[in-house]
Amino acid sequence: MATDPDNLESIVNRRYEHGFVTDIASDTFPPGLDENVVRAISARKNEPEFMLEWRLRAYRQWREMQEPTWAHVHYPPVDFEAISYFSAPKSDEDRPKSLDEVDPKLLETYDKLGIPLHERARLAGVAVDAVFDSVSVATTFKEKLSDAGVIFCPFSEAVENHPELVKKYLGSVVPQRDNFYAALNSAVFSDGSFVYIPKGVRCPMELSTYFRINAANTGQFERTLIIADEGSHVSYLEGCTAPMRDDNQLHAAVVELVALGNAEIKYSTVQNWYPGDENGKGGIYNFVTKRGDCRGANSKISWTQVETGSAITWKYPSCVLRGDNSVGEFYSVAVANNYQQADTGTKMIHIGRNTSSTIVSKGISAGHAQNAYRGLVRVMPQADGARNHTQCDSLLIGKECGAHTFPYMEVRNPSAKIEHEATTSKISANQLFYCRQRGISEEDAVNMIVNGFCKEVFKELPMEFAVEAQALLNVSLEGAVG
Amino acid sequence: MLQIDNLKASIGDTEILRGVSLDVSAGEVHAIMGPNGSGKSTLAQVIAGHDDYRVTSGSVTFNGRNLLDLEPEERAREGIFLGFQYPVEIPGVNNAYLLKAAVNAKRKHQGLAEIDAFEFLKLAKEKMAVLSMDPKFLNRGVNEGFSGGEKKRNEILQMAMLEPTLAILDETDSGLDIDALRAVAEGVNALRSPDRAIVLVTHYQRLLDYVEPDHVHVLSEGKIARSGDKSLALELEEKGYDWVREAANG
Repeated sequence: MATDPDNLESIVNRRYEHGFVTDIASDTFPPGLDENVVRAISARKNEPEFMLEWRLRAYRQWREMQEPTWAHVHYPPVDFEAISYFSAPKSDEDRPKSLDEVDPKLLETYDKLGIPLHERARLAGVAVDAVFDSVSVATTFKEKLSDAGVIFCPFSEAVENHPELVKKYLGSVVPQRDNFYAALNSAVFSDGSFVYIPKGVRCPMELSTYFRINAANTGQFERTLIIADEGSHVSYLEGCTAPMRDDNQLHAAVVELVALGNAEIKYSTVQNWYPGDENGKGGIYNFVTKRGDCRGANSKISWTQVETGSAITWKYPSCVLRGDNSVGEFYSVAVANNYQQADTGTKMIHIGRNTSSTIVSKGISAGHAQNAYRGLVRVMPQADGARNHTQCDSLLIGKECGAHTFPYMEVRNPSAKIEHEATTSKISANQLFYCRQRGISEEDAVNMIVNGFCKEVFKELPMEFAVEAQALLNVSLEGAVG
Repeated sequence: MLQIDNLKASIGDTEILRGVSLDVSAGEVHAIMGPNGSGKSTLAQVIAGHDDYRVTSGSVTFNGRNLLDLEPEERAREGIFLGFQYPVEIPGVNNAYLLKAAVNAKRKHQGLAEIDAFEFLKLAKEKMAVLSMDPKFLNRGVNEGFSGGEKKRNEILQMAMLEPTLAILDETDSGLDIDALRAVAEGVNALRSPDRAIVLVTHYQRLLDYVEPDHVHVLSEGKIARSGDKSLALELEEKGYDWVREAANG
């Protein structure tokens, strides 16, 4: 497949002769989605034929599918024809080799968002694959990782350099037609991260990706694939922030994790998409499919998420516990303030023998927000000795918000041990007065109580991420009381 | 230091304080006694600024400032401490964390540098030794699963750390066994100083055996019915509250 610009141009022109209308040389495609747009995305990214075919299959399936309506969220229908499906930053052709070459304005934006990228990368020894809109603009620590045999690169690079791995694993956890948004993502995904940890390797550093949305009216369709080969170990951090804006933005990411025998993947997220203003105007629609497959015996996948952003969140990081003795974990803090709506939870599918799963969900609702936990624990007939513990706590701040719990259990093996605990509490006026009488402002008191409530989840986060998460929570609940 | 003048306060439509006047000067210990429902706790809560209570008339001045204009946290930072009758549990919030935040909020207000974790721990452990408290309490949730006595000791610990100008202790002695009562009393006595005032709100005289008050007031039906020195407390113990009520009405 051609990689140099001249060749690309010739392909582009040739396809134009065949009636393509989308100008793939432009930085942002015009709104709308059809097969031509899918082809154009693929061409723009110089993808091999198998990838284009894969996208087209997904697109055709998506066209037959209906948008799901079962979630406890309300929003005006999304006009998929009004969305532009590709946008690249200006300097796409000569991508920076280091952070020094990154547009200072971009770095400044990161700073404003509290993500001092260079500092973070340097001080914390974290490799950062920053996604600015749809195309990666900075990748660091590559060498150290490649010494260990770890592949950590933008998805598009993996398609180019490791097609055999992509072919083998892409869609193997979240099939194209898994759900409406996953199908859409499969057809039009722009970029994302690809990670492969070879057999027996413990990844020498935490891998981290920061996402953010920039260009207006552009859907973001990230695709992440992480493969931990036998006996390997990796911890992956994902964080997102987005600047203020009025238009609703659709974000439909897919994350697939594959853990082979004795491998462990720890996936941590701090999600802070723009939630809309205090009247519920604007904000990101975050419809994400995240799933991990504990494919081998004794494997482990652990999801930890702190969700503070988005106008609407629809997200269920799940574990398929296929391997015997495999372990799935889900630790979640979901904050909904003002008019935010969150429908989030997890699915634990027990297939192997002696599999175990833990779910700890902490939902915080303030303002007029609606926060729903939706969880499924399914024990298949062959899953002897399956165990699950679910703890689902809700904290309400104020009188206008709501917390909802939808736990589903499907147990088809009598040896399963399933426990479910749920609590709902309010920050009481007496607690606040007590703190204030000790000289602590109401806002600080709320933060303190909320952080206490979330402690069990925060302690699962990597240290520097935990600090950030705590700060983020405080910002998210500003003005929640009084 | 504290001047309360003809203070009236209600909760909902019910008037609870019906014209309380009280002067507390630096260096003094006052005891406010009275039967259940006489308004003792309400008085303490109103001074601290609880917004369940509506002040309908009268004034409260603290070191020359109109206290009623200040938010509860501002009153606290100005040096008013309320030891709660029912200290509230705050699950998940570390006791040391709350205490350090409180100390630093006050220091910041006074223009002092924040105290660091090391200094804080050292200080807290010293104060805990005086109160016979296990340092492990610092790492537990605020009052979470504490016994009644432990909660009250925790209040005294907070008071000792915050070094208030005016400490109001609301029924701190209730529900304490004799050892806890002694420990609490020691904590209070350790705080007595010429530039500090202490107001003990209590139903019984027994705390006053350990913390000797300079003045005793008896609150009845929302008013101070009688004031005197410590002998008034003993007289009350002997004759009961009906005696005050009759005397007030007669």
